[in-house]
Amino acid sequence: MIKNILNLGDAALYCDFGSDVNQEINSNVIKYFYHIKKLNLKGITNLTPSYNKLIISYDLNIHSFLSLKKKIENIEIKENNKLEKNLIEIPVCCDNNFALDIKRVENKLKLKSEIILEKFFSKNYFCYMTGFVAGMPFLGDLEKDMRLKRLETPRVKVPKGSVGITEQFCNIYTFETPGGWNILGNTPQNIFDTSNQSNPNLVNPGDTIKFYRITLDQYNEIKR
Amino acid sequence: MKSKDRNYFKILRAGINTTYQDLGRNNLYHIGIPFSGAMDKRNFQLLNSLLQNDYNSSVIEFAYQGPHLKYFGKDIFFCISGNVSFKIITKEGVIDGNSYQCYLLKNGDEVDIHSTNKSVYGYFSINGTFGVDYYWGSCSINTQAQIGPNNGNKFSKDLEIEIIDINNSFNKRKLDYLGSTIENIRVIKGTNYDYFSESSQNKFFKESFKITKLSDRMGMRLEGPKIENIVDPNIKSEGLVKGVIQITSAGDPIIMLSDHGTIGGYPKIATVISADYDRLVQLTPGSNIKFKDVSLEDAETLYKLYQMETNNIISQIK
Repeated sequence: MIKNILNLGDAALYCDFGSDVNQEINSNVIKYFYHIKKLNLKGITNLTPSYNKLIISYDLNIHSFLSLKKKIENIEIKENNKLEKNLIEIPVCCDNNFALDIKRVENKLKLKSEIILEKFFSKNYFCYMTGFVAGMPFLGDLEKDMRLKRLETPRVKVPKGSVGITEQFCNIYTFETPGGWNILGNTPQNIFDTSNQSNPNLVNPGDTIKFYRITLDQYNEIKR
Repeated sequence: MKSKDRNYFKILRAGINTTYQDLGRNNLYHIGIPFSGAMDKRNFQLLNSLLQNDYNSSVIEFAYQGPHLKYFGKDIFFCISGNVSFKIITKEGVIDGNSYQCYLLKNGDEVDIHSTNKSVYGYFSINGTFGVDYYWGSCSINTQAQIGPNNGNKFSKDLEIEIIDINNSFNKRKLDYLGSTIENIRVIKGTNYDYFSESSQNKFFKESFKITKLSDRMGMRLEGPKIENIVDPNIKSEGLVKGVIQITSAGDPIIMLSDHGTIGGYPKIATVISADYDRLVQLTPGSNIKFKDVSLEDAETLYKLYQMETNNIISQIK
C-alpha cells in the first residue's frame, strides 16, 4: 500500500501512499500508523499520519535511513484489517458572535446562511488526521457546493473552539492560534484535554464526527 | 514544606522567554504535539554533565535576556551554558561570571543573567533537581499549546522555582569551551524540491538569506531572494519535522524549529541536517544564512562526527 519511501531530511522516512485525498487512501495511512505504533519499535520518535503520507521520525543514533526503510517495507498489513471507528457528537453554536465568516461564505457560495448551516449539520464527517496544533482534527468531506478557499489574509487569532471550513474540509480550533479557515460557529466542548494524558484527543484519525446545532443559552450552559 | 526548609529561587526579572526544558517529548506528533525540548541540545547536555545531573534533567532555558534570580536556602552550586553574560551578586560584592563554570550560591545571593552574546539561547541549572511536573514524560514548556509546568506558560516575575533535591556529593567542575559557530547551514534537498524554478533552486544555494525578527521556538522566518514556485504554492497538508524549510506563498523560506506545528501545507525545499541544528537555532535575527547541499549519507556521517565531538568536549570537563 506504500507506493514509495523517501527521506525527509536525515532523520525521517517519508512514506507516500499516493497523491489523491480520499478516505480509502487515508484509511491505509491510518492502518499503517496504528500497526507501526503497536510494534513499539525502538528508536522511532514520532509517527505523523496525514491525508496520504506517513512520516516516521527516528533517532539517528539507532537507525539509518536504509536500515529502517527496509524494516518498514517488510511490514505486512492485511487489506481487510478493520479500522476502529468511533462516532463522536459535537455541539456547535452558530450565534452571530461565533459565526465570524458567515457573510463571506454566503457571498462566495451564493447560498443563504440557513441553507449553508443546514447542509453543514446534515452530514457526518470523517477524521483524516489530527495535528498542526494539539488535537486539531481535519475532517471531511463537505459537499461540492460548500467548498471555498481560505481567507485571503489569515486571522492573527482564531478563538478557541471555532469550527471552520475550507475546500472539502472542516476543522475545530483546539487552541487560539493564527488561521485562515472560514469560521461558521464555535463549540463549548473541550476537544483537547491536557490533563488526560492517556487519550487527550476527543477526536482521533478514523473517527466519524456528527456536529449538532445548539442555542447560545445551551452553549453557555455547557460552558459553565 | 516549612519555609525554612525550602530551597528556591525567586524571579526578580523573568527575561524574554524563560522556560523549563529537557530532551522533550516523543511520539505525540500524531495528536499535534511537537518534540519541544532544549533548542540547543549540545549546550543542554554540557550543562547537565558539568553539574553531574542525570542526562535528561530539567534546566532553565532563556533567550536573549535571561532571568534575574534571588536564591533562598542552603548552599548550592549553579552553572550556565551558552555564550552568556551574567553577574553574581553576593554580600561580598558583584562579580562577572563565566559560562561552563560552577559557582557557589548562599542564602540571599543573586544571579543576574544579562544576555546571550551573538547567540539566542542559554541554559541555567543547579547541582540538583527542580520541582517540576511532567507531561507525557517531559517537563518541557510548550507555550503555544500551553503544555508543561507553570501551566505551560513562560516564567513571570515573582514566580518561585522550587528545588526538591540537592546533590551533596557534588564536586565543582569547569570546562574551557568557546562554543561552536558555523559558516554554512547544510541541508538535504526536500521532497518538493522540483516545485521551484531552476533559477530559484540556484539562488537558494548561491545567495544568502537574512534571519528576520519573526523567529522563535516554533520557527525561523528568512528573507532574501524570492523563491519562485512553478507547480503549486500549496501541497496537501502533511507531517513536518524539525529543520524542514518550507517556502511560503510569498516565496520566503521558513524553517521549522522545536515547537513547530506538526502539519503544514507549504512545499518543502530542503531540510537542515541534524548535525547543524544546534548551531542553526543560535543564529540571531539580522544575521545571514547560506545553505549548502549535502547527501543523505554525508548527513548521517556528519551527525556521528558531531556526537563524537560533543562527547569529546564532555570528556574535557575537569
